[in-house]
Amino acid sequence: MTAPGSLDRAPETGTTRRPVGGGPQRHELARVRRARRWQAIRARPGNLLIFLGLLILAALWIYPFIWLISASLKTPGEVFGSGLGLIPETPMWENYSRAWTTVGFDKYFLNTIIITAGTVLLIVVRSALAGYVLGRYSFAGKKLLIIIFLITFFLPEGYTIIPVVQLTDQMGLLNTHLGVILGLGAGGQIASTLLYAGYFRGLPKELEECARLDGAGHFRIFFQVMLPLAWPITATVVILTFLFAWNNYLLPLVFTLSEPGLRTLAVGMTAFVGEYGTDWPGMAAAAMLSLVPVMIVFVALQSKFVDSIAGAVKQ
Amino acid sequence: MSEPGPDRAPGDSATSSRSRPSLLRRLRRDWWIYLFLLPTILGYGAYTVYPLVASWWFALLDWPGFAAVGTFTGLDNFARLMGDDLFWNAFGNSLIFLVCAVPLRVGIALILAILLNRRATPFKGFLRTLFFLPVVTTGAIIGVVFTLLLDAGGPISLAMVASGLLDSPANFVADTGTSLFAGVAVWVWKWLGITMIYWLAALQTIPDEVREAAMIDGAGPVREFWHVTLPLLIPFLVIITLIDTVGALNVFDLMYTMTGGGPSFSSEVIEIFIYRTAFGATVPQLGYASAAAVLFGLLTMGLAVAQAVGVRWARRATGAMT
Repeated sequence: MTAPGSLDRAPETGTTRRPVGGGPQRHELARVRRARRWQAIRARPGNLLIFLGLLILAALWIYPFIWLISASLKTPGEVFGSGLGLIPETPMWENYSRAWTTVGFDKYFLNTIIITAGTVLLIVVRSALAGYVLGRYSFAGKKLLIIIFLITFFLPEGYTIIPVVQLTDQMGLLNTHLGVILGLGAGGQIASTLLYAGYFRGLPKELEECARLDGAGHFRIFFQVMLPLAWPITATVVILTFLFAWNNYLLPLVFTLSEPGLRTLAVGMTAFVGEYGTDWPGMAAAAMLSLVPVMIVFVALQSKFVDSIAGAVKQ
Repeated sequence: MSEPGPDRAPGDSATSSRSRPSLLRRLRRDWWIYLFLLPTILGYGAYTVYPLVASWWFALLDWPGFAAVGTFTGLDNFARLMGDDLFWNAFGNSLIFLVCAVPLRVGIALILAILLNRRATPFKGFLRTLFFLPVVTTGAIIGVVFTLLLDAGGPISLAMVASGLLDSPANFVADTGTSLFAGVAVWVWKWLGITMIYWLAALQTIPDEVREAAMIDGAGPVREFWHVTLPLLIPFLVIITLIDTVGALNVFDLMYTMTGGGPSFSSEVIEIFIYRTAFGATVPQLGYASAAAVLFGLLTMGLAVAQAVGVRWARRATGAMT
């Protein structure tokens, strides 16, 4: 297993030695690097062209977000009436309060947090326990389990949704948070289990032997020795399942068809369009409100996000 | 009673050559292993394996809703699907979507990854972040936002008119000729960043020395790419295409919020067809939708198997080369 290494093992940082002490040397180094950057661009006109192309492409990627912020502060007439202008005449902050209170986004927000937290917890616990024994022990039925995992790895959500709703209905959990959490977190998500299995497989055997000599049982070994050691994988799994649960749409939509009070932010968006079809600024504000938490988490954990995905792929 | 020591290589020869204790004794000895597996076995059994099997049973029923009882009708649902133009329309749309969107996403992401892996490209980290931004945003929200962006009065239409690409403003989402392709474009836009990260991870498995050696031998960047980098990337190409293909079949949130499958079913993909027949209609047809889901699942599995075979083939081919 390769540990999810930083993507910036690129030659640029690989060859320049990073001073340990930091301080003035670091500034010096940053300046040298910046100078070298521009040198590289000036050296060959092709480089400049590529860079400009990338900038134009990047503008296409960021534009919808800027447009959304702008639309969320405009008046209804301004959204489509002001042409390509991005600056609102007077920022309409009340769009946000309208989306937050009157349409029920405060409630959707809470629902999303409960469902996301529950799903992440369920998947982490389940995947860590299973990954541990799958990665380190052989037991009767292991091959069968792995075969089932492989067969179902790419099962589309649309395939399972009807039996999942039927099962949830029979358990009486259809209009509950728990029902959504189980629907999202109890099945699937094999990647997380396999990530744990791969990581635990690489740990030395002596860890358990020592702990066992000290008189620790299987559960103490797992919770006090192995699980803390696996924190890099736990971080990866938390990040990936957070994104999955926060952004999921089909299952929360189907589970809340008869219970609008249980909607998540993603599902609330469409309800917004249906019921308040003409209130575009309010909808844009609602979209911003739903995106802000993910964006904050993303910006805070940015490199971790990218590295986890790259690490998961390299497995 | 001997403890099962952690074995680092599962199923290695040491365990199989030793005379094994009986199954019952192993089960009694390993009880705690099964306890560790219990949450996964229960959850996975109920929410993945059961649906997999139950769908086949449901597909044989005429079943008007979860509260009602289904009646067995044999293969009627499948026969009806075969003659249902709307099902074939959805099936065709999913295939068109796949054929257009997956190569675009895989190809553009590769070019982007190569450019963002170059020594001479400045602001690599910043640019990667920008391209990754739509990946973390909610698909349903992106769908809603793009209905506005692609509206006749929206910025994309206005910009195209202003630059002479378009004679008069057009609503790309509400036009039967463009709605599916608008979906393709937005989907590629949303997911490009993650495929780019896959490619960056793949590119970093190629040692710098290999590429430098090619450069020293006089290969230009283009020749170096076709003859050195690309052959080494083929196993990744297969697996990345597989991941993106399955992603393309799970396009429900984006398409449903952007076009709702319309106008007049022009962008209805299979997942929307299943949703509409099972949940969106006033009279749910759960058996009929299950039959569509089963055919959809077969399509996905067929594609997955084809690509798994492809991976093995590619591994062998590149293994033989190096």
